Amino acid sequence: MSELNEDKNSAKRAEEFLQVFKKGAEFTQELLKENERLRYQLLRVKELPDGNGAESVAAPKLALLQKKIKELEEEKQEILDRVKEVEEENFDFANRYVVIESENNMLANLYIASYQLHSTLDFREVLQVITEIIINLIGAEEFAILLLDEKVGQFQTVAQEGIELERLPTIELGKGIIGSVGDTGESYFVDDLESYSLDYDHPMVCIPLKIKEHVIGVIVIYKLLEQKSRFADVDYELFTLLAGHAATAIFSSRLYSDSERKLSTIQGFIDLLTK
Amino acid sequence: MRQLLVFALKRLRGVVISEASNGVEGLKKLTSDKYDLIFTDINMPVMDGLKLVSLVRKDTNQKSIPIVVITTEGAEEDRNRAFALGATEYITKPVQSTQVLSAARRLLEIK
Repeated sequence: MSELNEDKNSAKRAEEFLQVFKKGAEFTQELLKENERLRYQLLRVKELPDGNGAESVAAPKLALLQKKIKELEEEKQEILDRVKEVEEENFDFANRYVVIESENNMLANLYIASYQLHSTLDFREVLQVITEIIINLIGAEEFAILLLDEKVGQFQTVAQEGIELERLPTIELGKGIIGSVGDTGESYFVDDLESYSLDYDHPMVCIPLKIKEHVIGVIVIYKLLEQKSRFADVDYELFTLLAGHAATAIFSSRLYSDSERKLSTIQGFIDLLTK
Repeated sequence: MRQLLVFALKRLRGVVISEASNGVEGLKKLTSDKYDLIFTDINMPVMDGLKLVSLVRKDTNQKSIPIVVITTEGAEEDRNRAFALGATEYITKPVQSTQVLSAARRLLEIK
């Protein structure tokens, strides 16, 4: 009897154990499923850029921010372009300022030269003014001013600087470079200033002194000051100015001197007759 | 040379310009009036520019006046000699009005 009871109890416990084992198996199955689900979600979360897993919420904000960034980038590019334009304008203004200063300097020199040339009617003073212009404004060290004696067809030196008078050759109209300039009325400039070597028959520059097309003399330049290596634009303008204005200044002063002398002679003659 | 200097310096507003034809005349002017800047050519009759510079520097009342020397001599030794005597600036010919103007602006501290 007791053995029968024991068998029944054993069967009951086995049944209970099987039930528990079955439940445990089901629970384990559920856990495995849950684990699979969580792993799947974790994988999706990892695939999102911000990692917060709020893709659906962040997407419109992100688009807005990207749009804003794009706008700001465009604005920045516009500003950079404008800055570039302003810099180019500044550079242009700086260049124009340099040109204007240069022109101003040129005009100042021309004004002063012209003003000085017509400031006196004394022949010697006129020559002195021309000499000063050639030294101070052009920067020549050795040069001469020659006037044409039309009676003999030769040039006579009336002023020279840095050269002994005896060293200057006699120049005949139409002969040599200086004579040709006197004949044609065309200025002469040596081709290569740097390789020029001193030759009194062959100056580096020869400028005709002209009243309209009539040549009354020439300015010849043989040497520039040590610090002057080449001619600037203003020098050519000054040469042009000298060609015309120096000629009229010389001619006027000579006429004035002659008329003064004649007047004084006539006055002396009148005085002699009336006394 | 004087005309060029005067023409250039007239562009500076409020600057009063006084001229002298040589060093002696310049010195006389310095004793009778007060000046802020001197421009002088070296090659002048009666008294040259370098003599003027040395005399101005010996005068205790005038020794601080800036002096700009203008000359045809461009050699380094001439430049050094002028500075040794007391020149403040050295401009070689041919002179441009802009050189004169910028030297005056710098030494008179005019903007």
